[in-house]
Amino acid sequence: MTNHSIRTVLSAVPISPSIDSTFHVSEPHLAARGLACRRGTRLLFENVDLALRPGELVWLRGRNGRGKTSLLRLVAGIATPEAGEVLLDGTPIAANGERSRRVVYLGHQHALKDDLTSAEALEFLLRIHGRRSDRASVDTALEHWDMLGQRNTWVRRLSQGQRRRVALARLVGEHEASLWLLDEPFDALDADGVQRLNTLLLQHLQRGGAVLLTGHQATLAPTLRARELDLDDCAAA
Amino acid sequence: MSSPASPSLFAALFVRDLRLALRRRTEALLPIGFFVVAVALFPLGVGPEPQTLRQIAPGVIWVCALLAAMLSVSQLYASDFADGTLEQLLLTGGSTTLIAAARAAAHWALTGLPLVVAAPLFGLLFDLSGAALRVLALTLLLGTPVLSLLGSLGAALTLGLRSAGVLVILIVLPLAIPALIFGSGAVAAVDAGLSASAHLSLLGALLIVTALGVPPATAAALRISTE
Repeated sequence: MTNHSIRTVLSAVPISPSIDSTFHVSEPHLAARGLACRRGTRLLFENVDLALRPGELVWLRGRNGRGKTSLLRLVAGIATPEAGEVLLDGTPIAANGERSRRVVYLGHQHALKDDLTSAEALEFLLRIHGRRSDRASVDTALEHWDMLGQRNTWVRRLSQGQRRRVALARLVGEHEASLWLLDEPFDALDADGVQRLNTLLLQHLQRGGAVLLTGHQATLAPTLRARELDLDDCAAA
Repeated sequence: MSSPASPSLFAALFVRDLRLALRRRTEALLPIGFFVVAVALFPLGVGPEPQTLRQIAPGVIWVCALLAAMLSVSQLYASDFADGTLEQLLLTGGSTTLIAAARAAAHWALTGLPLVVAAPLFGLLFDLSGAALRVLALTLLLGTPVLSLLGSLGAALTLGLRSAGVLVILIVLPLAIPALIFGSGAVAAVDAGLSASAHLSLLGALLIVTALGVPPATAAALRISTE
């Protein structure tokens, strides 16, 4: 797939029939134009265009080291692109005062402290992001991931899959049609976890949210009708 | 749902750091332990001559406080950087300057404040007078936040670099020399029967300058380091 065709696919593909189309508006949630990323002396990718409208999910693919995580970080506004720009609701994302409310970024690292309990770690993350972090909200989020029984367990005693569940529990309390940027969200999840995440993703798309995620395996439910963006096609020459 | 109010973000970070320190007592107590052992060794090594001990006391206590602060400061952001917490903090919508200030404040509460409390006790080992002990505590109260602020800047500048611990010391120690000079000078002045107000004023001015200038610089360094 060429850069041009990717651009066309991502901006013109109609929404899945299973998703409510009333959330569609002409202006995309997210518009990235001509993105390029450099790591040291190496140009990872260039001329990446991306438009994400409400109700859309884009699956970011590519070989190891191609720059999937880097692209997510550029889109989140954590890093600055070598070239191009990222607009969130028409405003540069780094300067968008609504970013914390409109964007949820879950990196490959869980952002959980080993010396906190599951509940404490989740409460901290919810609190710094301005979300409801009372005990009921935390317990509801953990219960959704079948982790309520582990609420007082040290994070260091959790398995990788359980840590991933606690990190993903942040998404349970999200009720806005925001943009989710998820780096390898299915990593370490078992079949039950994959199903729970697919359910959350579907609910989010149905309320008009948008999702950009990375992953190496096709664990997304077919009902999500994910679009694919293959960064191998955008590799710098 | 919205971005957290500034006091809430500051409090969340501050409380989390204190909680983590309680859970990692050995790590948290290491700087204080180092300070206690280092200060206590000097009278044994130099000898019991009271006049000599009184002369070297301010310098010894201040140097030990400086080195104790350096022991823990290199890890100030390393853990948050490694586990992805720092990325999340930068996305909160809160001021990065506030984040830097909260981390420096927590570092001071965990390493500087105990020294302020303990140093006068150890001053007794050096036969310091009551007036000198009071001034010593005051200089540490004004000076140790400067060390934490400068240390946080050094930690942010060296985030993700190899040999970051050594680099932090090389960056911060020269910047901390004024605090060392004014801090120990104030106690020496009192011991010599002079007024310490000039030294204390300069130390206070140093604290104000670093409190205003260092957090924004630390914030900029954090943003660069996470690029």
